[in-house]
Amino acid sequence: MPEQKVRRGALTRIATYFARHAQTLVGTLGRLARQPVSTFMTAAVIGIALALPVALHLLVLNGRALAGRLDTGTDLSVFLKKEVPLDGARRVANRVEARDDVDRVELIPADVALERFRARSGFGDALDALDENPLPHALVVHPAEGHSRAEDIAALATALRALPEADIVQDDLQWVRRFNAMLDIVRRTVLLATALLATAVLVVVGNTIRLDIQGRRDEIVIIKLIGGSDAFVRRPFLYTGIWYGLAGGLLALGVITAGVLLLQRPVERLAVLYSSDFTLQGLGLLPGAALLVAGGVLGWLGSWIAAARHLRSVEPT
Amino acid sequence: MIQLDDVSKRYPGGQEALSGLSFQVEAGELVFVTGHSGAGKSTLLKLITLIERPTQGQVLVGGVNTGRLPARRVPAFRRRIGVVFQDNKLLHDRSVFDNVALPLIIDGASRREIGRKVRAALDQVGLLSKEKRHPIALSTGEQQRVGIARAVVARPPLLVADEPTGNLDPELSEEIMRLFLRFTDVGVTVLIASHDWRLIEALGRRVIHLEQGRLVAGALPHA
Repeated sequence: MPEQKVRRGALTRIATYFARHAQTLVGTLGRLARQPVSTFMTAAVIGIALALPVALHLLVLNGRALAGRLDTGTDLSVFLKKEVPLDGARRVANRVEARDDVDRVELIPADVALERFRARSGFGDALDALDENPLPHALVVHPAEGHSRAEDIAALATALRALPEADIVQDDLQWVRRFNAMLDIVRRTVLLATALLATAVLVVVGNTIRLDIQGRRDEIVIIKLIGGSDAFVRRPFLYTGIWYGLAGGLLALGVITAGVLLLQRPVERLAVLYSSDFTLQGLGLLPGAALLVAGGVLGWLGSWIAAARHLRSVEPT
Repeated sequence: MIQLDDVSKRYPGGQEALSGLSFQVEAGELVFVTGHSGAGKSTLLKLITLIERPTQGQVLVGGVNTGRLPARRVPAFRRRIGVVFQDNKLLHDRSVFDNVALPLIIDGASRREIGRKVRAALDQVGLLSKEKRHPIALSTGEQQRVGIARAVVARPPLLVADEPTGNLDPELSEEIMRLFLRFTDVGVTVLIASHDWRLIEALGRRVIHLEQGRLVAGALPHA
């Protein structure tokens, strides 16, 4: 059965190919482990460079969550016409709540509104002088998540104004616009910092691999002399780069987790003082995994660039 | 196996290392290349192992025109040549076994095949018992034999040796030369650069003698 033989040969070659990669994977790890101090220092630099943008990202994330709790800026107040009865107001509330761009609707009946006004304004006595409640029923409309941009809210406000029961619709677009503008700046800053620090990781890995290549010049020449292809020569350096990146990612993950843990209690104490149940958001499982992958990819890319640049110059003479 | 037609090599510095060299080596032959240092021996070996390419003429090795071989094919070409270096060029951070296994690893051989072939090669050079040692723990002669084992482990049809006995005493040198002779028995072509006249005479094989980059007719200058 020559065909079967050929197939088995191909399978063996594939198995051998993976075995070689696994061997290089373990071999490069062993080499790094034999120089723990310098390996750790390189990984630490990468780790810090990776941790900084992630920390900024978390800051923005938590800031938004906090702002979301404190602000009512994206909410719209709808004051219904005086003649709309309470069950009519309920029907309007249900209709509005059914909209895709609305998260939920809070109905504030006229008498509740009056009570609140009485309690807060200090005009209690003056209000008593009135025969009837001058306030209408009102709705507080919370836009759905992802529909809080200024133009979304403007559209929602227009739709609400078109309701026959609506008298006055109040929005605070100015505030939304300002907040979004600020958020945009912060987001771009994070993006910029991420790009810069990713470049720093590439440079650090690239430089480390360059030194490694210089230190192993003789070995590379020998391997090339006995027929090692460029890919074969490059492979251990690429794996070394991936290891550095992964180790850096792991350290960054550690730094971030430690930071969140350290800040958790003080933030909670502060939140309690503001009678809020806000808690600090950490890095989730998926973003954490993404951080590791990003580290590995940057390490691989950095070592690839260094290998492409410097291995070519190492030729037998 | 090897065929040179009117080959010249001029280095960028301007000096001509080889001029108008033509000769042929048949498969299974053992040929010595002799000459003083600077006569062009090293350049000749570099042309055959494709470390250098000729400026003029053509070098055919195993039917491959080295002047026309694209760079990406060079590694595969070199894998079909076993090279023994004067300074043996072993890797000192790994064992004798791993050093000898290197060409097979590069070739993508399976673990079983590697074990079998490496032990066969080490057996041939009489170092089977030292596979776990590191090269540094071996004598110079033993190191050179490890280098030879590495050169022959993938069973290349051509073996090229650059002053393989340059650092060895006469007794060891003869042992190494006899080893090379044994490889020709199984059809391997062997090209040895050497200036060990005594041994070359004793072995009585064909000699390519170079002087200032040119082929000098006649076998041994002393004979």
